[in-house]
Amino acid sequence: MKTIAEINKKIKQGKAVVVNAEEIIDIVEQKGSKKAAEEIDVVTTATFAPMCSSGAFLNLKQPKPKIKIQKAWFNDIELYAGLAAADLYLGAAQLPEGDPLNKIYPGEFRYGGGHLIEDLVAGKEVTLRAIGYGTDCYPRRELNQKVKLKDFNDAILVSPRNCSQNYNAAVNLSSRTLYTYMGILKPNLGNIAYCSAGQLSPLLNDPFCRTIGIGTRIFLGGGVGYISGAGTQSKQNVKRRKGVPLSQAITLRVSGDLKQMNKEWLRGASFCGYGATLIVGIGLPIPILDEKVIKSTAIKDRDICTQVIDYSRDYPYGEEKSLGEVNYEELKSGSVVIGDKKVPSVSLSSYYKAKEIANILKSWIEDGKFFLAEAVEKI
Amino acid sequence: MPSRKIILTFPQALLDKPIVYKLIKDYNLIFNILQAKITPDEEGIMILEIKGASRDYNAGISYLKNLGVDIKPLDQKIIWNEEKCTHCGLCVDICPIQALSFKRPEMKIEFDKRKCIACELCLRTCPVKAIEKASV
Repeated sequence: MKTIAEINKKIKQGKAVVVNAEEIIDIVEQKGSKKAAEEIDVVTTATFAPMCSSGAFLNLKQPKPKIKIQKAWFNDIELYAGLAAADLYLGAAQLPEGDPLNKIYPGEFRYGGGHLIEDLVAGKEVTLRAIGYGTDCYPRRELNQKVKLKDFNDAILVSPRNCSQNYNAAVNLSSRTLYTYMGILKPNLGNIAYCSAGQLSPLLNDPFCRTIGIGTRIFLGGGVGYISGAGTQSKQNVKRRKGVPLSQAITLRVSGDLKQMNKEWLRGASFCGYGATLIVGIGLPIPILDEKVIKSTAIKDRDICTQVIDYSRDYPYGEEKSLGEVNYEELKSGSVVIGDKKVPSVSLSSYYKAKEIANILKSWIEDGKFFLAEAVEKI
Repeated sequence: MPSRKIILTFPQALLDKPIVYKLIKDYNLIFNILQAKITPDEEGIMILEIKGASRDYNAGISYLKNLGVDIKPLDQKIIWNEEKCTHCGLCVDICPIQALSFKRPEMKIEFDKRKCIACELCLRTCPVKAIEKASV
């Protein structure tokens, strides 16, 4: 019915009609999917949640004389240096040397790779220490200097797995408090933690990735990024209801220029007893090519279900089995019923911030600053 | 009967005095100890929720002040930094008295500092350290 090229033409003319994935629900309900598909050009989706697989590749401007970095640290956090002479990789979950970890349980993990990425993006100065063994072409053996993001030739945010299409809801059936990547889980089914933007979540609005693929242009950490493929652990072959996966399914692999990004949408985070990570903001535009696409974007929280998994035994021992099914409308209401127990819910993914991202992306498109990219390959 | 939450800081010299007992007996005040940290050779800190008639409350507070006890309202103790908050919602169920809660349907975090009892459970829960303890 519509092509991406046609939508881009409308964006250029400032005539594209863009709404977010929450607004589309009422529009489709009131106008019907046929009429809505004619009127709406783009639906923006988003998520703002911890994405532990994130990291950054950094290329340092060579000092004089040059160094082939063997090991390197920023603010005592070790970077991976097993690359070319001045290439470094900083992982979001990396912790500083000498961190007490979980020695005093539960550990605090106040500062890690994610915080370092946030500091760099904020323009803060970090202390770089590097050593090399000295070669004929790279004679320097030591480097100690203060650096800022601008001192790097290039900085690329990468994330081999994020934007998970649906995610476990975690509970704790044991009698002690658990400190997990899903937050603090109270004993005896004392709470339930979930992590999805539900009806705003990118991959839940296009569950079979009809419009999303390699090369799709996205909002990434406040800048522009691209999908470079299916993420690690991505699964297409899962149980679905009306096309929507009932558990974790597809994931995305993304990257973008860190120098363009904004600390507001890349936030270092500490999970008590677990570790450090990076909260990443991602916004994904869905071109309304036809009625089928708009129908999938009109999905509501109540139509998205996930599985309740025990994190006291089943998850850690790899024996995940569903203790029940809950939907995101229930989860967002503040409590769900499991068996005959009312269980309060806690969330890791920020719906409020996800909506802000969806609206920023919407204004970028409306203002003709962001164009849709045709996917070069399916994922 | 109005209820007020206050932080008392005792100088070391007062640590062995039965101050709280006096508050009940002489000033007719009902209180709930929310937190108490008293270590020998240092100062002591106690967080109380006090209920009582305004006249009794004011007289009790004057008594404490005359003894050299520093008194501050509790609502200055825990600071929620809205700028830093990502509104994720990890804190909402951890807070035992719903001082931190979601405003629905926006799913925006709100902090009612009058409700806060400074239990500090939210401090370790917040992944971005948007909740801080003030040195009062």
